[in-house]
Amino acid sequence: MKLDSKIPDGPIAEKWDRHKFDLKLVNPANKRKYTVIVVGTGLAGASASASLAELGYNVKTFCIQDSPRRAHSIAAQGGINAAKNYQNDGDSVFRLFYDTVKGGDFRAREANVYRLAQISNNIIDQCVAQGVPFAREYGGLLANRSFGGAQVSRTFYARGQTGQQLLLGAYGALSRQVAAKKVTLFARRDMLELVLVDGKAKGIITRNLVTGDIEKHAGDAVILATGGYGNVFFLSTNAMACNVTAAMRAYKKGACFANPCFTQIHPTCIPVHGDYQSKLTLMSESLRNDGRVWVPKTIGDKRKPADIPDSERNYFLEEKYPSFGNLVPRDVASRNAKEQCDKGFGVGETGYAVYLDFKDAIARDGEDVIRKKYGNLFTMYEKITAEDPYKSPMMIYPASHYTMGGLWVDYNLMSTINGLFVLGEANFSDHGANRLGASALMQGLADGYFIIPYTLGAYLAKEKPGTVNTDHDAFTEASSDVVTTLDKLLSIKGKRTCDDIHRELGKILWDYCGMSRNEEGLEKAKTLVKNLKKEFWTNVTVPGTAAGMNQTLERAGRVAEFLDFSLMLLEDARTRRESCGGHFNDAFQTDENEALRDDEHFSHVAAWEYNGEDREPILHKEPLVFEHVTLSQRSYK
Amino acid sequence: MTKTINLTLKVWRQKNGNVKGRMETYEARGISTDMSFLEMIDVVNEGLILKGEDPIAFDHDCREGICGMCGAVVNGRPHGPEKGTTLCQLHMRHFDDGDEVVVEPWRSRAFKVIKDLVVDRSAFDSIIQAGGYISVNTGGAQDANAIPVPQNVAEKAMDAAECIGCGACVAACPNASAMLFVSAKVSQLALLPQGRPEAAGRVKAMVSKMDDMGFGHCGNERECEAECPKNISIVNIARMNREFIKASLK
Ligand SMILES: Cc1cc2nc3c(=O)[nH]c(=O)nc-3n(C[C@H](O)[C@H](O)[C@H](O)COP(=O)(O)OP(=O)(O)OC[C@H]3O[C@@H](n4cnc5c(N)ncnc54)[C@H](O)[C@@H]3O)c2cc1C
Ligand code: FES
Repeated sequence: MKLDSKIPDGPIAEKWDRHKFDLKLVNPANKRKYTVIVVGTGLAGASASASLAELGYNVKTFCIQDSPRRAHSIAAQGGINAAKNYQNDGDSVFRLFYDTVKGGDFRAREANVYRLAQISNNIIDQCVAQGVPFAREYGGLLANRSFGGAQVSRTFYARGQTGQQLLLGAYGALSRQVAAKKVTLFARRDMLELVLVDGKAKGIITRNLVTGDIEKHAGDAVILATGGYGNVFFLSTNAMACNVTAAMRAYKKGACFANPCFTQIHPTCIPVHGDYQSKLTLMSESLRNDGRVWVPKTIGDKRKPADIPDSERNYFLEEKYPSFGNLVPRDVASRNAKEQCDKGFGVGETGYAVYLDFKDAIARDGEDVIRKKYGNLFTMYEKITAEDPYKSPMMIYPASHYTMGGLWVDYNLMSTINGLFVLGEANFSDHGANRLGASALMQGLADGYFIIPYTLGAYLAKEKPGTVNTDHDAFTEASSDVVTTLDKLLSIKGKRTCDDIHRELGKILWDYCGMSRNEEGLEKAKTLVKNLKKEFWTNVTVPGTAAGMNQTLERAGRVAEFLDFSLMLLEDARTRRESCGGHFNDAFQTDENEALRDDEHFSHVAAWEYNGEDREPILHKEPLVFEHVTLSQRSYK
Repeated sequence: MTKTINLTLKVWRQKNGNVKGRMETYEARGISTDMSFLEMIDVVNEGLILKGEDPIAFDHDCREGICGMCGAVVNGRPHGPEKGTTLCQLHMRHFDDGDEVVVEPWRSRAFKVIKDLVVDRSAFDSIIQAGGYISVNTGGAQDANAIPVPQNVAEKAMDAAECIGCGACVAACPNASAMLFVSAKVSQLALLPQGRPEAAGRVKAMVSKMDDMGFGHCGNERECEAECPKNISIVNIARMNREFIKASLK
């Protein structure tokens, strides 16, 4: 297989415009002859569905939740970036591009990132036109804040609920197309298989989560906008239903999976506090604008935080990174918190937490100002922990949060399967080895509103519409495969629950492939996961039947895919013998314990091709070429 | 302080929408007070699964109080006893050792039970489809700062926009009215200049759809506001009524 990224020629600032001009168009009268399947209704899927329907295509849209409005995107808190430079503080398309490539530790494609930065401005315009209630200044213009490792204020936000408001905007646009009968909505559906006809994506098989029916859907192209795989760690900030199933089905049908080991561990989450815990809660990164991160200077200092004087506190991020301080990128902040806790300086019951303190900000700005900025986050923190962060510092610890890896796509967002497009967190495209805060929402909406409407058209322009329907043998075969798997899961009747096994899997990955990794640990983890996979397929128990609603069966199917996926993730981590961004291999670090890249050997995208059950996948490399940024050791000192 | 408590749960069990349901009793033992309500049900369900029994079906996803997916009536109150809190954010420290806890699904003509605590809220989607948006196609929007919105107006719009569409307002209302939900969307869009051109048509279409879907009328009981996990104010209902009258006079 040869990976062709299809990056257009020409100067970087003109590539996208030229490409849009070169792309073939579908005649307006013909658009209605095409059916497009969109799986996912997060920012990427909802915006794509609405925009494609507006153009005239027939769209069939699927999601797991009972309503498209509940996709995981709803939970995003902090904000969305755009290069508007409304603050006159030196921002520009080029700076956003540069920051994103650098923040990603030089493991993303320049052309894609540049396009993302260009489109960022249109996104804000579009969302405001939809009625998204972004925060405003007294004069009525849009407010911005600086966010996660950026030295300019380019983040737009709607209180602490930016994802919610953006998603509701996209859901509104989607709903309008449902009313116009251009989108048919299929909620409470789980995509369990991708259907290929003559090597092209032509449909999907879903399970109706209410009736249990196995359904066949045909279309002229398939778009996956199914989100990230952060739940592979079991405990993560992701919503409970986030999964890797759709991506794995595509992978097993020939779509390459890129950079699975690029996972992001977010520094500011509420620490784990018990075995029963089902998920972790993010405390938005925006808190680091005003909160100061510290641990006591003495190991085992059990005094209340308020009783520890400044001189006995180690504000370790400010100390180590004087120019960025508490605002260093996520990977850097997370690793430093872990380092402090591993050395024994951690606080809280488990010793795996650091303080995030607002004392100085409250003294400086007053409690009201802080309440206005972060009120909902403080309330959420108090609800969960029963501690009042206005009075004593929050305790935080890193948690799995976002996944930069995903299905490999070319510049047109098409995977290595013809007619299969991948958008949003589900693809690998723009964030390299580490994503900057407020950039995922931007990317999801860029993909859905402004890229796919062009690039999908160019693909369809060369396809005859409606060539396949669900009577085709490929659909019969795919749906019987799905039934076989479900029956198998139900028939094992072992002694362990799927959550129990998932929890064990998560622990293996967290311990050996979390914030830091090494050769020996990764090898060990592979063996452990292989054994756990065997354990799953011989000893899991799923009560009930495949008819009607069966939530345990849904989860078991997801855990099965996570197990297979983990092996690829571990292999990717093992073969990337360097450190970069979220992938930190102990053997490769600078004297100051920063990630040490090996640009000579690893300046590439690692794209994995499925090679059969229980066989090592095949590695393909897409070289990354940097012409507009100079590769440098990231330094936030 | 963390401690553990034991509870007796009375939970509504119903295999699907076509059969009758009934209350079943379960013991929840050794529940840490740091758990969320849903984690407590997880623990009970793990026990049921190991016994080969059907676990209690319930909707949930974000577990952060934002997706609006979770919800059940706990001891007679939608989302349980804590004000301004979704079920997933309700923690067991609000319960005492030995408590009996009754858990039922949302009850409303417009929300049919699918299984156990899971109900069908697609009527909410239908109402939004009737007009809960601003009709702009992708592309061609003017610069975002070309439409200034006074800060206080933007804040009010945001207050309304915080609705998570969980359906607690309907479950709380003696008439199973969806007024709070509908008025939150109508208000958000009516307050903003971008939403004005369609304001009249929107309110009429959404209210009429609400009636079609089998929701009841507002009896000014204010139960919705009291139980809303996002503290959406009934000021929105008043605003919607004004919008409706204005629209009807047109
Ligand atoms: C707590 C939290 C806070 C965040 N805050 C920010 C922030 O402030 N700024 C920022 O830029 N980013 C933030 N992020 C990241 C960002 O929210 C996500 O990356 C982004 O929303 C992903 O959008 P998406 O459309 O790709 O996928 P999602 O929103 O995850 O949507 C996935 C969709 O696919 C559907 N789906 C999945 N699998 C299947 C299947 N098998 N069958 C059918 N349907 C399926 C789901 O039902 C859902 O509709 C945050 C993330 C978290 C966890
Ligand atoms: S699970 Fe999302 S609001 Fe409760």
